[in-house]
Amino acid sequence: MAEIHSAADIAYVRREMLPEQEAPGSSRGVVAWFRESLFSSIPYTILTLFCLYLLWVIVPPILSFLIGSAVWTGTDRAVCATEAQGGIQPNGWFGACWAYVGDYANQFIYGRYPNVEQWRVNIVGVLFFGGLAGLLIPSVPYKRENIIFLSIVFPIAALILLTGGDIAVDGLYIPLAVLAVLALVVTYAFAKLSDSDPLPGLKNVAALFIGLFVLLFILGFDFGLMHVETEMWGGLLVTLVIAVTGIAASLPVGIALALGRRSALPIVRFFSIVFIEFWRGVPLITVLFMSSVMLPLFLPEGVSFDKLLRALIGVALFSSAYMAEVVRGGLQALPKGQYEGAMALGLNWGQMMRMIILPQALKLVIPGIVNTFIGLFKDTTLVLIIGLFDFLGQIQSSYSDPTWASPVQAMTGYAFAAIMYWVFCFSMSRYSMFMERKLDTGHKR
Amino acid sequence: MAVTDATGNGSGESAPKVALLNNPEIRGWVFQIILAILVVYLAYTGWANMNANLRAAGIASGWGFLGTNAGFAISQSLIEYSQASSTYGRVYIVGLLNTLAVAFVGIIFATIIGFIVGVARLSKNWLVSRLATVYVETLRNIPLLLQIFIWYFGVLRLLPQPRQGFDFGPLGLLNNRGYFAPKPVWGEGGIFIVYAFIAACVIAWGVGRWAHKRQMATGQIFPSFLFGLGVIVLLPLATFLALGAPLTWDIPEMGGFRPSGGMTIIPEYIAMLVALSTYTASFIAEIVRAGILAVNRGQTEAASALGLRNGPTLRLVIIPQALRIIIPPLTSQYLNLTKNSSLAVAIAYPELTSVFAGTALNQTGQAVEIISLTMLTYLTISLVTSLFMNWYNNRVALVER
Repeated sequence: MAEIHSAADIAYVRREMLPEQEAPGSSRGVVAWFRESLFSSIPYTILTLFCLYLLWVIVPPILSFLIGSAVWTGTDRAVCATEAQGGIQPNGWFGACWAYVGDYANQFIYGRYPNVEQWRVNIVGVLFFGGLAGLLIPSVPYKRENIIFLSIVFPIAALILLTGGDIAVDGLYIPLAVLAVLALVVTYAFAKLSDSDPLPGLKNVAALFIGLFVLLFILGFDFGLMHVETEMWGGLLVTLVIAVTGIAASLPVGIALALGRRSALPIVRFFSIVFIEFWRGVPLITVLFMSSVMLPLFLPEGVSFDKLLRALIGVALFSSAYMAEVVRGGLQALPKGQYEGAMALGLNWGQMMRMIILPQALKLVIPGIVNTFIGLFKDTTLVLIIGLFDFLGQIQSSYSDPTWASPVQAMTGYAFAAIMYWVFCFSMSRYSMFMERKLDTGHKR
Repeated sequence: MAVTDATGNGSGESAPKVALLNNPEIRGWVFQIILAILVVYLAYTGWANMNANLRAAGIASGWGFLGTNAGFAISQSLIEYSQASSTYGRVYIVGLLNTLAVAFVGIIFATIIGFIVGVARLSKNWLVSRLATVYVETLRNIPLLLQIFIWYFGVLRLLPQPRQGFDFGPLGLLNNRGYFAPKPVWGEGGIFIVYAFIAACVIAWGVGRWAHKRQMATGQIFPSFLFGLGVIVLLPLATFLALGAPLTWDIPEMGGFRPSGGMTIIPEYIAMLVALSTYTASFIAEIVRAGILAVNRGQTEAASALGLRNGPTLRLVIIPQALRIIIPPLTSQYLNLTKNSSLAVAIAYPELTSVFAGTALNQTGQAVEIISLTMLTYLTISLVTSLFMNWYNNRVALVER
């Protein structure tokens, strides 16, 4: 037995660990990184050099235009024109004229909205961004209250603040009353026919119409605000109004269409498919042409909308078709077991959708909704073609002002617009990616 | 109306009677009929209002205007068009062809750029992948209309006058009137080269089928791709040389006032093409990247375990599977590009929306006819493309279980 030694007794077995050695100099640190990711082979080296050349060609002129040679202060075109063009800059100068953007900033944001009334726009902005921030940041409490605020209180407040309220709604009281009586009768008859208790249905309908009457009253109430025509609106204000209204209107319509497209009822499905495929098959600009030229023809004589409202209707129809497809994606991504489970619990179709399917499906498609919004936000620029002054349209219209007319004016305006749109869209896309990671609970197939 | 007392009939076996409206099938039909009536009513009211409004405005509806003389000039036309004698129907066709011209070429460029950038984003070269990322994130977050403006007003309009313009010698001229490209002039027998090309395509296809069949039967591989490529290149080339190279180039030259000769590519077309293809490429790049990333790593490993080299792995294993993921969203990008070509109305490139739904509409006032025809045209293009792509997609789709 004595011949058997434990490993510790054998002289050539190491008893303690060697200290960790550092990796060879060629595979660590800055040098290794450069070698690995930039110069690992001859083709890669050529590629890297080509990219460096590209950067060298592209970046310095852009930086020089935007920052290096840019003019930041001044009162008229002289600071942004070369001597040959009647200004003070040396010949051959080419830089951004930020002084012009500063001078026009107010118009780029509010359009021709009267200066003394701009506080109203500011309040709407604060309400909107405040409510939105509360909704978008996951850790902020009171989500339900916030949604009610943003979907009911805010639109009414914004409408009154922006237009000035005191809208001519007197003619609507009687039709609404007729409609209310009709709805109550139908609800009662329906409940009787299906042999259920009519009371809850009647209560809901009554509450809805009381709400509508209150809404009419508020819209018609004179708050003493000055009336501001939508022709005076412009700039970022119009861009945001169109984008936000478009997405807000397209959500309910889109959900309804998505449910319709997946419905078992053939006529409902047919109408939904035709509606969705029609709007998705045509360009937005033809939709805007249609809503601005053709829509007035479809209305009874004497009824006319203003231009902004017509564009809003076009945008809402268009984006609800896209929203429907986004929501449908969410509905399809849910496992079949969710539907079957809901049915096994004895829920009817409405309860199944409201309590089981839609909450999960809509959660899945939040990134998709944000992406639709980004698309819509970019597409709002198209309204300038039908003569509305959105952010880009307002910038373009400022080119006709002789005070700042210079060869760099257009480029400066476009650069400013590009930066602003980029900041908005990029931050939204980052948010969408953040939500995607956060919401990824393994439901997706 | 309905007897609903389930227990009232005394027999426990028969199914309980339910109220008629609680029968899901009947309930469904009631809803649908109400919906159909509503839709028909709305459509009818709209139609009636429209007719009343048109009558009140004194506009005669109908398609007769398509046969009347348009009388305005169009700066680019693929078919014969004259201001003096061409009709509105002709304007429509010119516009449609111009739309297709910018969309078709734009799709080709967008695909090429998109695939390059998409692959570049996956590159191990840090600089290359960062540059590709910057490209994608910059271009897709700026509205297309703004990009069109920047290319048109910021770049092409700022090019020098024809006299001071760039002269690329045999490659043509570039100035603020557009790009003046050399134009091929085919001599005697040029059509035979086309025949040779068609014949080569047929041969390549036949050989490919034969090689596939032989490989299935015997396992022997025939380099059908290289062979086909060779035939398609060499056969027309041989015909070309045999005919004595019947091709000359009409190279544009600076005339007294404006360039003469060659083909003129107007700046509006260039701006649209560049903006559409670079913008759409940024979306295609993301689609390509996602498609390649979605192919399981195990596929590559399995392919090399089977002894496939890098080329065949990519060609036979990775790309077919990636394409299956890439193609559906790629189709919708192609459609988007085609629809976005309508933004040309903002810089007056004479495509469908610009000349037909723009100028022609302003001149005739036939809003209903012109807008419907324009929308139907885009709708047809979209539906035909998606039908074709659905068919293709079903062909390549994975057949599971």
